[in-house]
Amino acid sequence: MKSFLNNRTTTSSTFGLKLLQKGWLGKGFLILVGLAAIYRLGIALIADYTVFIQQIINGLQLGFVYALIALGYTMVYGIVRLINFAHGDVFMVGSFISFYCISRFRLHLWLQNLAPDLPSAFSLVVGALTVVLVAMVSCAFMAFVIERIAYKPLRNAPRISALITAIGVSFFLEYFGALQFVFTPNFITFQRPFDVFSWSFGSLGVLPVEFGKAPPPGSILFSNIFILIVAISLALLLILNYIVRKTKIGKAMRAVAYDKETARLMGINVDLIISVTFGIGASLAGAAGMLYAIAFPSIFFSMGIIPGLKAFVSAVLGGIGSIPGALVGALILGQTEVLSAAYISTPMRDAIAFSILIIVLLVRPTGIFGEPQREKA
Amino acid sequence: MKIDRNIAVFFGIALVIFIVIQVAISFELLTNFITLILLQAGVMAIVSLGLNLIYGFNGQFSLGQWGFYAIGAYTAADITYRFTNDNSAIALLVILFAVGFSGLGILLLNQLLGKVRSVDPLSAFTLYLLMTILAVVIAINAAIALDPAVSSLLQSLPADLALQIVFFLSVLLGGFVAAEISFLFGLPVLTLGSDYFGIATLGFTIIVKVLLDNSDTMLGFVEMKGARGMVGIPKITTWAWVSFFLLMTIVITRNLLHSSHGRALVSVREDEIAAKAMGINVAAFKNTAFVLGSFFAGIAGSLYAHINGFLHPETFNFIKSFDPMIIVVFGGLGSVTGTVLASFLWALILEIVLRLFLPQGFETWRFVIYPLLLLIMMLLKPKGLFGGFEFLYLRQMLPAIPERLKQKLVGKNQSSNPDVPSPQEAVQ
Repeated sequence: MKSFLNNRTTTSSTFGLKLLQKGWLGKGFLILVGLAAIYRLGIALIADYTVFIQQIINGLQLGFVYALIALGYTMVYGIVRLINFAHGDVFMVGSFISFYCISRFRLHLWLQNLAPDLPSAFSLVVGALTVVLVAMVSCAFMAFVIERIAYKPLRNAPRISALITAIGVSFFLEYFGALQFVFTPNFITFQRPFDVFSWSFGSLGVLPVEFGKAPPPGSILFSNIFILIVAISLALLLILNYIVRKTKIGKAMRAVAYDKETARLMGINVDLIISVTFGIGASLAGAAGMLYAIAFPSIFFSMGIIPGLKAFVSAVLGGIGSIPGALVGALILGQTEVLSAAYISTPMRDAIAFSILIIVLLVRPTGIFGEPQREKA
Repeated sequence: MKIDRNIAVFFGIALVIFIVIQVAISFELLTNFITLILLQAGVMAIVSLGLNLIYGFNGQFSLGQWGFYAIGAYTAADITYRFTNDNSAIALLVILFAVGFSGLGILLLNQLLGKVRSVDPLSAFTLYLLMTILAVVIAINAAIALDPAVSSLLQSLPADLALQIVFFLSVLLGGFVAAEISFLFGLPVLTLGSDYFGIATLGFTIIVKVLLDNSDTMLGFVEMKGARGMVGIPKITTWAWVSFFLLMTIVITRNLLHSSHGRALVSVREDEIAAKAMGINVAAFKNTAFVLGSFFAGIAGSLYAHINGFLHPETFNFIKSFDPMIIVVFGGLGSVTGTVLASFLWALILEIVLRLFLPQGFETWRFVIYPLLLLIMMLLKPKGLFGGFEFLYLRQMLPAIPERLKQKLVGKNQSSNPDVPSPQEAVQ
C-alpha cells in the first residue's frame, strides 16, 4: 500500500528525494556521529593500549553491577509493563543491609569465628557470600511486601497510576531511610569484608600489587573486587537463566509475561507469579547493592537513584523485557560510561550515555534485543 | 454584543480570585513565604497544563517537560541578567533573531517537506538541525550589528518600563526557545512507542541537566555559573504576571481543544489507527501537542527564574520531572480544571502543610508523609482527584445541533430508548 502511494514520486525521484525518503540524510548523520566516536577511541587505543584495556576492565566491572539491577527492571516490565522506579531504592536498601551485616553484626566473620582452622581466604569468601545472601533475601522480602501493598491493588487501574505509586514508593524508601533512626541522612563509609588486592598483568608477568601501591608501568590491573563482582554476577545470571528457562515457576513467569489472561485460565496463580518476579528482581538488586558498595565504598540514602537510572537505561538499551538484552545493554552502558569519561568528557558522561540511548532507540525502537511492540498503548 | 454566560462566569471568577489575592499581597495580609508558594504554584500549573496537553489530551507519555522548563528558565534568566547587569540587549537580540530565523526556516522547510511523501523523520531532523545552526549563526551576526542601537533605545526608556518590556519578551522567548528545541527533538523521537518515548524524553531531561551543570565550562555561558547556580537575576515575577500567563495558558488550551484541531488531537490519544483512518495527520498532531506543551513549560520556566532570582541545575533534576506528572494524574488526565486546582493543592500540601504543620520532632518526616499521601490518593482515586470534571467554560461541547434536528433526535431517543441521553448530555 505504502509503495503504491509512493509510486509517483519514486519513479521521478532525484537524489534529493532519495536523501529524504530513504533516510540517507539521517543515516549519514548517525554514521558521522559514530565515526567520530570510533576515531576518538581508535586514537586512544593506539596511543596507549594498556590504559584502554584497563578502562574496558573497569567498564566491565560497572557493567556487571548494572546488569544485576537491570534484570529487575526488565523482568518487572516484561511481566506487568510497569517501570518500577522504586527498584533503585531497593538496591540502596541492599547495600545498607549488607553494611549493617558487616559493620554491626560482623556476619562476614561467622565461619572464621566458628572454625578458625580453615584457610582465612575461604572463610572470608563464604562470609561475603553469606552477606550477599542475607541482602538478597531481605530485599526480596521487601519487594514482595511493596508489591502486595502498593502495586497489586492497582493491577487494573490505568498504568500511569501504578507508575506514580512506584515513584511514591521510591520517595518513601529514600526519605524513610534518611530518618535519623533508620539509615541516617549521612554518607557512610562501607567497610569491605576483605582487603583489596590486585594482580598486574604486563611485560613483567603476573605480579601481586598491594592496595594503594602503584603497579609496574605498562601493565593491566585486576583486583579481587573485579573478580568477585564478575563471578557473583555471572553466577547469579546463570541461576536466573536456569530459573527462567527450566523451572516450573520460570515457565509460569514467561507465560504470564506473554498473556496474563490465558495464563490465568491455564491454572497459573498470576498474582503469586508477579510477586515472585518482583522478589527475584529485588534479590538481584540486593546483591548488586552489596557489590556496588564494595566497589564504591560510600553509601547514602539516595545512592540508588543514579545506578537505578543507569540500570534502567541499560534495560531499555538491550530491549526491555529481554533478559539477555539487559546483560548486553548493561555491558554496553558500562563501557560507554567509562570510555566516555576517560576519553571524551568526564562531566558529560551521563549526557553521552543518554544520547547513545536515544540514538539506539531511534535505530531500533524497542532496543537491541527487543521484540516489536505487541500492543498499541 | 452578546457574551456567553459561561465565559462571563469564568472570567468573572478568575478576576475575583486574582483581585482578592492581589489585594491580600499588596496589603501584606499574606506572608512573603505564602506569596512565594502561590507564585510557584501558578508556575507549576502552567507546566502541568503543558504536560496535560501532551499526556492528558494527546496521550504521549513525556517526562521531558522539566527539561523544557529548565531551558525556558535559563534562556529568560540570561536575557534579563545581561540586560540588568551589563546594560546590553545582546542576549535578547541573539535569541530573538535566532528564534525568528529558525522559526521562519522551520515553517519554510515544513512547507517544502510537506510536498514530499514519506519523509524519514531522522533525515528531516538532520535537515532542520542544519537549518537551525545556520539560523543561529546569522542571528548572532545580526544581533552584534544591531546591539548598540537597541541597547541605547532601551536605555532611553524609563528603567522600570524597559525592564518590564525585556522581561515580557524574555518570558515569551523562553517559551519559543523551548518550543523550537522540542520541535527538533520531537521530530525523530515522537516516532517511538509510548514508553520508549517517555524514556527518551527522560534522557532529554537528564542531558539538559548535565549541560546546565557544565554551562560555564562546556557551553561557555560564564554568567550561568554551572553547578554553582546562577545568581543576580532580577526578581520581576509578580502575582499579576503569573496569573496573566496562567489565564492565557488556560484560554489557549481551551480554545485549541474546542477547535477541530483539538478534537483531532484527542482522537490521536483515543486510537491512533482510527485517527489515521479518518485522515488525521497523526505525526503532525503529536508534534503540535508536544511543541505547544513545551512552549508552556518554557514560559513557566521563564517565570520561575524571576521568582527567586536564583537558578540551580539541581532544581531541574529528573526526580523533580515527576512533579508535573503527579499533578496531572492527580488532577485527572485530560482535565484543565483538575490540573490547575491540583497544582495549587499540591503546593499547599507539600510546601505549606508539610512544612509548617508537622508536629514537633517530626520535621524531617515531610518526604515520608508525602509519598504516603501519594500512595493513599492513588489507591483511593486511581483516576485522579477531579476525574473528568470540568468547569463549565472549559467543558468540551459538541458542535451545536440545529434546533429542528435536535427535536427529531431527542424525540426518537425518547420513543425508542429513554436511557440513551441526547448527544449534548452524553458529553457532559
